[in-house]
Amino acid sequence: MGAQLRLLRRRIKSVKSTAKITRAQELIASSRIVKAQQRMQAAVPYEREITRAVTGVVSNTSTVSHPLTVAKEQPRRAGVLIVTSDSGFCGGFNANILREAEALAGLLRGKGIEPTPFVTGRKGVTWHSFRHREMGGQWTGFSRRPAYADAKAIADTLIEAFTEENGIDEIHIVSTEFVSMLTQEVVVKRILPLVVEETTEAPPTPLPYFEFEPTAGAVLDSLLPRYIESRIFTALLQSAASEEAARRRAMKSATDNANELIRVFTMQMNQARQAEITQEISEIVGGANALADAAAGKE
Amino acid sequence: MAKLQVGVVSPEREIWSGAADMVIAKTVDGEIGIMPNHAPVLGVLVEGGVLRVKRDSESDLVAAVHGGFISVADNEVSILAEAAELGSEVDVARAKDALERAQASIEANQDDADAQIEAKRNRARLRAAGEDV
Repeated sequence: MGAQLRLLRRRIKSVKSTAKITRAQELIASSRIVKAQQRMQAAVPYEREITRAVTGVVSNTSTVSHPLTVAKEQPRRAGVLIVTSDSGFCGGFNANILREAEALAGLLRGKGIEPTPFVTGRKGVTWHSFRHREMGGQWTGFSRRPAYADAKAIADTLIEAFTEENGIDEIHIVSTEFVSMLTQEVVVKRILPLVVEETTEAPPTPLPYFEFEPTAGAVLDSLLPRYIESRIFTALLQSAASEEAARRRAMKSATDNANELIRVFTMQMNQARQAEITQEISEIVGGANALADAAAGKE
Repeated sequence: MAKLQVGVVSPEREIWSGAADMVIAKTVDGEIGIMPNHAPVLGVLVEGGVLRVKRDSESDLVAAVHGGFISVADNEVSILAEAAELGSEVDVARAKDALERAQASIEANQDDADAQIEAKRNRARLRAAGEDV
């Protein structure tokens, strides 16, 4: 067997086993997207209700000011929560987020605000520690399946940093929003000081005048942190679904590429084999002719 | 008579929703009963409270609700719980076990805040399941 033929056979074998792995990853990701989407859906009612409650309180208690809703006149430091994934194999997912986070950091610096990154997801954490950038906080291990407790832990750290003396004055969140199976968008949102995000459906009537139990201030005290937790939780869930969608797409194109390579290599291999056979035949024929000629010459 | 539209939701899932005649919950100020056409209220619920939803045809729906809020507007009642569990879903044996453990650690250390919350939660779970605590 010729050297080239052996080489091609080896390459085909290795590409085939790679294709098997990427194909399996693709299938796993597809089934996980569905679960991630279900978790996203399950969290929707809570987020909707809490947004409504916060809107209700904020809209009819303009007199009550709360540390979490008041914007500082001259913000000096900002916290940026960057939501990345724990594992790779998901195409440009993390690169996109980190690029957007860098852009935001540049924008903030231009305004004279010093950004501090708070990072979730192993990929983002390694990215920052490799560059020796100091992080305000880091969380790993739940990017594929975030629990509410994880969101709570993040929110606690952020709120603490926000309320302490000389802490951060703004909190931004950079995460990936799951638009559809095919589209995921990196979005940047400011979560503190609070801007209450309206739900997609417009409020039907002016919101009713609430009574508070026990007082408006006390309700706000416990409502706002929950609202921030809920916002972070939603971002984590969206990011989890987007991560799987990005992984599925990356693995699908890897499998397609591998199949294309296998096709090309198989063709080359067949050509090489055919060339070898043709050469052997012509050698045999040539040899036989030479023998026949020699025999004819003797006579 | 008008009915209340009730939704009990936790961050991870919607626990129950449906129509009801009366909702009784425990806020930090005390028990609050909501009947149809109640004025809009937003209240903070206590840790380890029991929520009771009265329905005319069926038996009461009872749930253990840990922290969160109750919001009432236009005959819509939303219970936003940090964690909640229907009485029928409570694993009584495990809740009893957890309660005993929490009480043991409270006896060992009076200031154990975590254990006290744990005890409160499990007491609420048992009450929601219809046990006497």
